[in-house]
Amino acid sequence: MTGVTATRLRARHLLLALVVLAIAVTASTLLGAIDLGWHRVLAEIWAQLTGGTSPLSEREAAILWQLRMPRIVLGGLVGAGLAVSGAAFQGVFRNPLADPYLLGAAAGAGLGATIVVALAPSATNWFVGPLPIAAFLGAVGGVALTSLLGRSAGAGTATLLLAGIAVASFLTATQTFVLQLNAETLRQVYTWMLGGLGTAGWQQVLLVLPYIAGAAVVLCACGRLLDVLTLGDEEAGSLGVNPGRMRLLVLAAASLATACAVSVSGLIGFVGIVVPHVVRMLAGASYRVLVPLSLIGGAAFLIVADVVARTAFAPSELPIGVVTAFTGAPFFLFVLRTTRGRTR
Amino acid sequence: MQSTFRRLAAVALLGALAVSGCANRERNAAPTTTPGATAATFPVELTPPGGRSVTLAEQPSRIVSLNPTSTESLFAIGAGEQVVAVDDQSNFPADVPRSDLSGFQPNVEAIAGHNPDLVVASNDTAGLVEGLAKVKVPVLLLPAATKLDDVYTQISLLGKATGHGAQADALTRQMRDQIEKTVRDTPKPSKDLTYYHELDDKFFTSTSKTFIGQIYGQFGLHNIADSAGGTGDYPQLSAEKIVDSNPDLVFLADTKCCGQSAQSVGTRPGWSELAAVRKGDVVALDDDIASRWGPRVVDLVRTVSDAVTKAGKN
Repeated sequence: MTGVTATRLRARHLLLALVVLAIAVTASTLLGAIDLGWHRVLAEIWAQLTGGTSPLSEREAAILWQLRMPRIVLGGLVGAGLAVSGAAFQGVFRNPLADPYLLGAAAGAGLGATIVVALAPSATNWFVGPLPIAAFLGAVGGVALTSLLGRSAGAGTATLLLAGIAVASFLTATQTFVLQLNAETLRQVYTWMLGGLGTAGWQQVLLVLPYIAGAAVVLCACGRLLDVLTLGDEEAGSLGVNPGRMRLLVLAAASLATACAVSVSGLIGFVGIVVPHVVRMLAGASYRVLVPLSLIGGAAFLIVADVVARTAFAPSELPIGVVTAFTGAPFFLFVLRTTRGRTR
Repeated sequence: MQSTFRRLAAVALLGALAVSGCANRERNAAPTTTPGATAATFPVELTPPGGRSVTLAEQPSRIVSLNPTSTESLFAIGAGEQVVAVDDQSNFPADVPRSDLSGFQPNVEAIAGHNPDLVVASNDTAGLVEGLAKVKVPVLLLPAATKLDDVYTQISLLGKATGHGAQADALTRQMRDQIEKTVRDTPKPSKDLTYYHELDDKFFTSTSKTFIGQIYGQFGLHNIADSAGGTGDYPQLSAEKIVDSNPDLVFLADTKCCGQSAQSVGTRPGWSELAAVRKGDVVALDDDIASRWGPRVVDLVRTVSDAVTKAGKN
């Protein structure tokens, strides 16, 4: 990174981010696969607030409150979780191309999901299906394996990064093997990997809310410490920060948020890279600014991406991973170009 | 010194190969004629619609089936005794010689290892046809049916290929009659009925253009996914669309793959509002029967008929 711009979070930046989020939520509430009519939706919300009568039928109300709303909230949570984790990962690794899946979370979740789809397909009468649980455990397991291997190989972020690559390759190979043995499950696994919020309900929201919120609070509180880390381990040590312990805390919180996001929405790419970079360009590189704004920006970005996913080919769904990658991939190249020649 | 040794070794190896090249090999066992078969119909040329033709010089006695539908058809026309191995997805009838062969990822060597004189498959993936041609094994490709007539055509072809033409014709005639009778005897619903055919719990479905869609079409049912047909015949529907369409009938073809049931879909967000859920018109299908295009299509037609009869009353 290019040194620290030790700015505080400015009120106008925060306000702007919240306005963008509010616009995203509003648009997302009014638009969907089914056109409920924007004035009727507003009338319904007004009726709910004031106890009046609503123009929407029971079924239309169910579409709004049980399908669309949880989907928006879950999209916001997942986007916020991924973006804030991405910002934290970039801080810890001091690498602009770091993303939340770097330490094996995605590969682990993919393996977990594949195993469940292939081997235990018919257990559904649980509070949540087995798939989110397996994906969550896989993601956490992947990161845990990486940090164990990284530590045993020596301290520092470089070994951790390499351990992450090794673990991700290994887990992906295992996943491919399981998939090969159960080729009939290909479409199900593939659909899950492309990501989607199509089956979101309040249940999933309740499930991940505490963890993503908790992780977000921890990461926002760590903004100053991440700024100190960008000075290098020695400098950080002299300022009274224990870099090793610091990194462990940040990575644990970020990985928890990532695992939660992945468990309910599959592998949604590029949010964790794109959002922190946009924030960095618009508001500054200080992690005190970057982390909270990435949180809000990530929520807004994924909510908008999901509006595209469910309206572009309505009444068909588009995998949300396709939408984020379609906008994210060109941007990724742009970041590569502009950061070329700078120090890592 | 070392290079001389290598050269000598190479020559020895080549010599050994040359010798073995001249060696006699055991011939395939002479084809055993199955009782009831008309052996006089060989050689036979088989031309699947839209596919390449295959010529069989003799009645096959070692058939490998790489597709559950072909397996079901082969056994239904009495050619089961000629089948030596079926793929890992073939599970009907219960006593099929199931192997670990895969129709999705066919392994030519493993297939050739069964020493087949005919391979029946639905897809030419992983160089299947070309690979087996090298070891002189004919492959009859019978792709997924797109209409009911394809089912009859494929069964007839299998009849000709195995020397069970008469049984195959009898079977297709019987299927035709039963399906027509079932459709004819189903009482006309009091109003137009709509349906949603679920392929998995992520709301993948099929339009009325598909094979299964045409089966529902015979009963005059309207498919709620047809407006999504712009994204292919197997679109992924938005949950909002399904609830908004409020289908009269929901058919679950994901009871095995994804453990869905009438009870479990009733607990989905917003689904308690659906007419099909309220009136108990969510029909659990057997994934296998609903995804294959063999003799058991008749069972599927009967299940749909029962559902239409029940839903059409109210």
